[in-house]
Amino acid sequence: MSPLQIEKGSSQHSAYDLRSHLSQDTERHTLAVIVDNESGVLARVIGLFSGRGYNIDSLTVAEVDHTGHRSRITIVTTGTPQVILQIKTQLERMVPVHEVHDLTVEGASVERELALIKVRGTGDKRVEALRLADIFRAKVVDTSLDSFVFEITGTPEKVDAFAELMRPLGLFEVARTGVAALSRGAVAR
Amino acid sequence: MTQMSGAQMVVQALKDQGVEVIFGYPGGAVLPIYDEIFQQTDIRHILVRHEQGAVHAAEGYARATGKPGVALVTSGPGATNAVTGLTDALMDSIPIIVLSGQVPTFMIGNDAFQEADTVGITRPCTKHNWLVKDTADLSNIIHQAFHVATHGRPGPVLVDIPKDVQFATDTYTPKARASTKHYQPRVKGDIDQITRLVEMMETAERPIFYTGGGVINSGPAASQLLRELVAATGFPITSTLMGLGAYPASGDNWLGMLGMHGLVEANLAMHGCDLMINIGARFDDRITGRVQDFSPHSRKAHIDIDPSSINKVIHADVPIIGDVGHVLEDVLKVWKARGRKTNAGALPKWWAQIDEWRKVRCLSYKNSDTVIKPQYALERLEALTKDRDRYICTEVGQHQMWAAQYLGFEAPNRWMTSGGLGTMGYGTPASIGVQVAHPDALVINVAGEASWLMNMQEMGTAVQFRLPVKQFILNNERLGMVRQWQELLHGERYSHSWSESLPDFVKLAEAFGAKGIICKDPADLDDAIMEMLDYDGPVIFDCCVEKHENCFPMIPSGKAHNEMLLGDASTKDAIGAGGGVLV
Repeated sequence: MSPLQIEKGSSQHSAYDLRSHLSQDTERHTLAVIVDNESGVLARVIGLFSGRGYNIDSLTVAEVDHTGHRSRITIVTTGTPQVILQIKTQLERMVPVHEVHDLTVEGASVERELALIKVRGTGDKRVEALRLADIFRAKVVDTSLDSFVFEITGTPEKVDAFAELMRPLGLFEVARTGVAALSRGAVAR
Repeated sequence: MTQMSGAQMVVQALKDQGVEVIFGYPGGAVLPIYDEIFQQTDIRHILVRHEQGAVHAAEGYARATGKPGVALVTSGPGATNAVTGLTDALMDSIPIIVLSGQVPTFMIGNDAFQEADTVGITRPCTKHNWLVKDTADLSNIIHQAFHVATHGRPGPVLVDIPKDVQFATDTYTPKARASTKHYQPRVKGDIDQITRLVEMMETAERPIFYTGGGVINSGPAASQLLRELVAATGFPITSTLMGLGAYPASGDNWLGMLGMHGLVEANLAMHGCDLMINIGARFDDRITGRVQDFSPHSRKAHIDIDPSSINKVIHADVPIIGDVGHVLEDVLKVWKARGRKTNAGALPKWWAQIDEWRKVRCLSYKNSDTVIKPQYALERLEALTKDRDRYICTEVGQHQMWAAQYLGFEAPNRWMTSGGLGTMGYGTPASIGVQVAHPDALVINVAGEASWLMNMQEMGTAVQFRLPVKQFILNNERLGMVRQWQELLHGERYSHSWSESLPDFVKLAEAFGAKGIICKDPADLDDAIMEMLDYDGPVIFDCCVEKHENCFPMIPSGKAHNEMLLGDASTKDAIGAGGGVLV
């Protein structure tokens, strides 16, 4: 949509919403959902996504407040602006959901993912894998004479790039945590 | 600090919540609760014949009273039989509480006898549900369940109670101390948006109110405010199936129901308006028709208590999140404070246009003096019952649409029908729930014979509890709406849409201990209806009607509001290939 056809609207980071509610372009959004850590709460959230045909690209969940029994679910999803809005309002109306934050539009945020990557090989390939791991600041957390397990932390793109480089060098297994994200600055989101 | 067993807590919590009646069916996993019910007289228990009936009866009770309905079912099949009713209540936003028994906590997951993952199965068809693992939490959870069911957008909830939790003893939490603070949906609308709406109302040339079940759910005060607003502004008003009765059918500004089988004047006014004020409706696909061509020239305000309803289907230019009653009160206040202005120059032209559309007389039909036309049957039923203290339930299909078209509703909570889910078999148990709530009222279930057979076992409930429900069956020996779609869409190949061996409904009524009446001749119809009304007890009325009558007007699926079908002549190739895939 051309910037001239601006529509006054709901965007939080601009006085104008440059996106049209009719847009069919899909966007990637990272949502942080604070929920009561009660049994079935994750099934509820996932069931909402599968039941209504929304996408989940990545999902992480853990209790973050052990006294208040609150969990933080970080969901990376894709959809048209209208679908993203639906996802947020559908999440917000669930009884055990306390807060829903769209980190993609509510100011700057940081995203990190941790991956464990097993590479098998000997000789030059093994040396090259170690050298590349050093460049990516990946740590070796396990080794045998013919394998390494690297621990790498970064954006999903960085993890993708590292795994792709390891492919010709004997990439064998990958375990990824999915994205954890927080807003930047002294605000709680 | 009152100590009591879990089963006692259930009964005590229901009493604390003001529950007077529950609908249920006993079984192994709820025996302790039934034992407590046996030992008290405050709460009346209505024994249904099938758990689906219990939930629909609770829905009927809730709709007719505005209070939450309660059903009690056992574990496993008891709970799975409740699923249709729960889904129905979710789609139509009806506050009900279903209590289900569960196998003891130490047997959960062992495939025990009559075990089912009830909270798993009912998670997507309840507003919220709970599995109670500790008697200490039980009373608090039941109070929370009532709170969640009745606050915000109402809906069904389920509390699953293992048998050992019912036996164990712990401290009872009274209603006043239950933790409900975490769920407090907003009821007041944003005053800036309300002011924007009022500004639009002041200048609109072709405004229309489009109201829905949210007005009924908001309570009688909301209907009163709506009537005041309509009378004060002089705007036309239409309603969804769910909202009938919020504005009286005899009101001057009433256009009739809108939507797939709505009236011409209502649908064309929606199509041609320049300001649409949606009050507690949700732009359902039965209402919008083809979304791209839905009311193309209007600005749209949308008042809804559920934020996820807004912008779900149709973009709202003025979104107002809040309870209909609260918002209408503010709309009236602001509108009055700003000088009660409307566009007095334009409104008469708008009404003149609407009067032109009314001249189509879209509900006229070709009557017969040899066979009872279903429309005629409902016109006579209306004429003979409209001055009584009357409640109408329906099943789902053609008869439901005709009932909505030909019966007039003057007050809210008088019309119980399955709108969103379209549940055949809803009406009979719902009529029982309504009659339990209003023992002296006239409760009629307008049914089709196919729908009626789906929960006919509940006639046993009606007879046992002396509930004089009138089952008014428009019997065309067909699944009428399916037959109509097959005629319009599937080359008149009537695949499995008729019943070859229907029961003799008079004998069936007698077998249940009720009264049976059959009527085949239009000349006898009035007398037969009067006989039904005069009989002090449940009646099955077999009204044998024209077998191939179609329900019009009709917006075929995939078409817009201005592409309505009015009668049989216009129906050839009415539904294109695109519409055929829609339901």
